[in-house]
Amino acid sequence: MFNFFYNSNIFTWIEKLTNFINSIFFALLIAGLSFALVFSPPDYLQGDSVRIMYVHVPAAWISLASFSCIALLSILNFIFKIKHLPLITKSIAPIGLVFTCIAIVTGSIWGRPTWGTFWAWDARISSMLVLALFYLAFIFIHKLVSDEDRANKISSIVAAFGLINIPVIKYSVEWWSTLHQPASIKITGSSSIHSSMLMPLLLMFFVLIMYCALIFLMKYKTEIIRIKRKNLKRL
Amino acid sequence: MLPKKVKKRASLLSIFLLLSVIGVFLILNEPNKNILYFNSPTDIKISQDINYNKKMRVGGMVKKNTLNIKNQEIRFIITDFKNEVEVSFKGTIPNLFAEGKGVVAEGKLQDKKFFIAERILAKHDENYMPPELKNIMKENAE
Repeated sequence: MFNFFYNSNIFTWIEKLTNFINSIFFALLIAGLSFALVFSPPDYLQGDSVRIMYVHVPAAWISLASFSCIALLSILNFIFKIKHLPLITKSIAPIGLVFTCIAIVTGSIWGRPTWGTFWAWDARISSMLVLALFYLAFIFIHKLVSDEDRANKISSIVAAFGLINIPVIKYSVEWWSTLHQPASIKITGSSSIHSSMLMPLLLMFFVLIMYCALIFLMKYKTEIIRIKRKNLKRL
Repeated sequence: MLPKKVKKRASLLSIFLLLSVIGVFLILNEPNKNILYFNSPTDIKISQDINYNKKMRVGGMVKKNTLNIKNQEIRFIITDFKNEVEVSFKGTIPNLFAEGKGVVAEGKLQDKKFFIAERILAKHDENYMPPELKNIMKENAE
């Protein structure tokens, strides 16, 4: 299995995957956006501003999921020192930061007409801001600390610490009184979102996941090339 | 069997994580409850030390048939279905503000039953549905 990582097979695999995603991505994007922006019904209360949700919710999910990935891989790396894991976490981090910012900005645009304010210091919104700061810290440690082993060590500890924030974000709307509404989609039990809106939401989620995969593969390839140029024996 | 170094790193990290979880838990559970975005009418009723000069937020549902608009003054009752607080407000309200919907009022408490708001925020609930469905549900209810 480790042959997969250790020889240049990985480049052909990245190439193949990138080509495959490229071939379906734009068709999916057009389908997703047209369902989200045109074909799905407006909300009975919010009207058309509900359409912001089709970007906001998937972006928030992705930002949480990618930070969980980074944190778990960082913990593994901290304990077992697997040389490939830092390359993966470094490739995920910018994607997560971008989607955290998208979630915060779209939420703020939605909040103005719905709540009557752009920003509220409630538990959900503040903890999302903390998540963005953790992403920034993770990225800047890699930029500022020149010794790579040290950078990996420090960023792993930061990521492991940031992992505590993930359940806080997820359950903030249940533990404390917040302006943000509780989750509409529940893993167990019935969802309080109508299926005519749930379908475009899941489609948009899939589209954005594809986009993440595309960016990840590109970044991952760059990281491998960079490290191979630096020292061929490391891999 | 794992090497000794790996074991050492694993135990170091788990101690660090355990301590930080406890730390975060203590910070978030502080007794002043600053983390709560708003207080419910019940919170106000049972709390002993209310600072009437300090801005605070009260949240709950706008009680049905209590919304009263007179000379630009809006009056309504916030309820959490156990206790109530009457709110008076002058200014613009968000679109989603309505009877029977969630609301957060920001302002100063006059006494435990009367609140003068400086800002009204509407709280949206987690229900999303198309308008046709809402009409059908209304007809069924009637």
